[in-house]
Amino acid sequence: MEYRLQTPITKEQLSPLRAGDRVLLSGTVYTARDAAHKRMAELLDEGRPLPFPLPGSVIYYVGPTPEPPGCVIGSAGPTTSGRMDAYSPRLLDLGQSVMIGKGDRSPAVIDAIRRNAAVYLAALGGAGALMSACVQSVRIVCWEDLGCEAVRELQVRDMPLTVAIDSLGNDVYKSGPAAYLKSL
Amino acid sequence: MEKGYETMKTITAQQITDLVAHLCADANRRLPEDIERAMRAATESEPWPLARDTLCDLCTNLGAARERDLPICQDTGLACVFAELGQDVHVEGGFLDAVNEGVRRGYEDGYLRKSVVADPLRRVNTEDNTPAAVTIELVPGDQLKLTVIPKGFGSENMSRLAMLKPADGVEGVKRFVLDAVRAAGANPCPPIVVGVGIGGTFDKVAALAKHALLRPIDQPHPDPYYAALEAELLEEINRLGIGPQGFGGRTTALGLCIETMPTHVAGLPVAVNISCHVTRRASGIL
Ligand code: SF4
Repeated sequence: MEYRLQTPITKEQLSPLRAGDRVLLSGTVYTARDAAHKRMAELLDEGRPLPFPLPGSVIYYVGPTPEPPGCVIGSAGPTTSGRMDAYSPRLLDLGQSVMIGKGDRSPAVIDAIRRNAAVYLAALGGAGALMSACVQSVRIVCWEDLGCEAVRELQVRDMPLTVAIDSLGNDVYKSGPAAYLKSL
Repeated sequence: MEKGYETMKTITAQQITDLVAHLCADANRRLPEDIERAMRAATESEPWPLARDTLCDLCTNLGAARERDLPICQDTGLACVFAELGQDVHVEGGFLDAVNEGVRRGYEDGYLRKSVVADPLRRVNTEDNTPAAVTIELVPGDQLKLTVIPKGFGSENMSRLAMLKPADGVEGVKRFVLDAVRAAGANPCPPIVVGVGIGGTFDKVAALAKHALLRPIDQPHPDPYYAALEAELLEEINRLGIGPQGFGGRTTALGLCIETMPTHVAGLPVAVNISCHVTRRASGIL
């Protein structure tokens, strides 16, 4: 199946998605990867507010290349999500609805996805130029000192994604290869 | 006949810097022909629908990179630079400095991401993607061939090395390669390219595996025994079912190259260097 999603996204919109479905996402997406996640965790530890509202948010694990003149963003494909596994359950429990990255997630993250009826969407690893073409505008939210890892607010249009882990905890990294092998 | 210093060909540091800068920018925007051909062929022959759609998007990305003059992938890598230095070449100026200056300029002027930290534990970004990982090989002749492989770490991190026992034999090597690919799963952005090193010593076998990534994947090993082993391993990898991006499907690897060297009677070193569908390399000759 192919779905279109537009932010703000409700849990009801996420519930029909199944692992392996394709999604075209439009709207507001925040970027954060290793260093930004670490800082967000520190803010939460100190009881301070996060740089963007977490409930219903979409976070994309990406560190783009510098934007050449005339482009709003450089090449912007996903980074390996596993490095965010330590932080994600807490953010999901606080209301984050969608994670975008590449590669599989830990059992703790999958549990948190299920618990919160969230989803994990896979962007195409290595398809940085294609992803860049979906980004219409970029605003730095905070932590500019982190360079490519700064938190940015992206407005995206028809970003091509695949449901990697759905709200029931089905995982395409397991079910996809298994289904293919069974078809042989 | 021995050549005197005055008959040697001089190559300046500036020439080296200019070429390296060009190769860094170029390698990140255009895939080598053999890799792009393999991607398109795999898209045609892939039987699994989600896998075919995924490969199709990856091919679209190659076009988007060209059209928009953007890097194919945002991980523009650590610059691995291979120099085949003719022994009749005289390099005027510091060679390593010239290479690193080329990387610095190529990454800055080419709008590439700087992904190198100065120290592995204290981790402060050098902000110019230097230093490069440089390998120098002395060869006959009076030319300098430079190859830049910007290596992403999503795949580099999934690479492995083992000191097998001679009794493990070819079956042990096959098992090790397949285990490495299976364990890598979706992380190295499949479809992958696999470099395998067999023999040598602990350090040399890793270099062999990396060196294997220099060979075009449609060019089999010159020794028919290893050419057959390459074909067999590639087929077995493409029976694992991992598929493009790990979503399932036939196309897990686009190619596999093996490099070997003599080793000790008591050992069988093997190394697997995993690379992604964005296996980049660009060469130039001075
Ligand atoms: S593994 Fe390759 S394709 Fe994937 S993000 Fe890294 S460099 Fe890009």
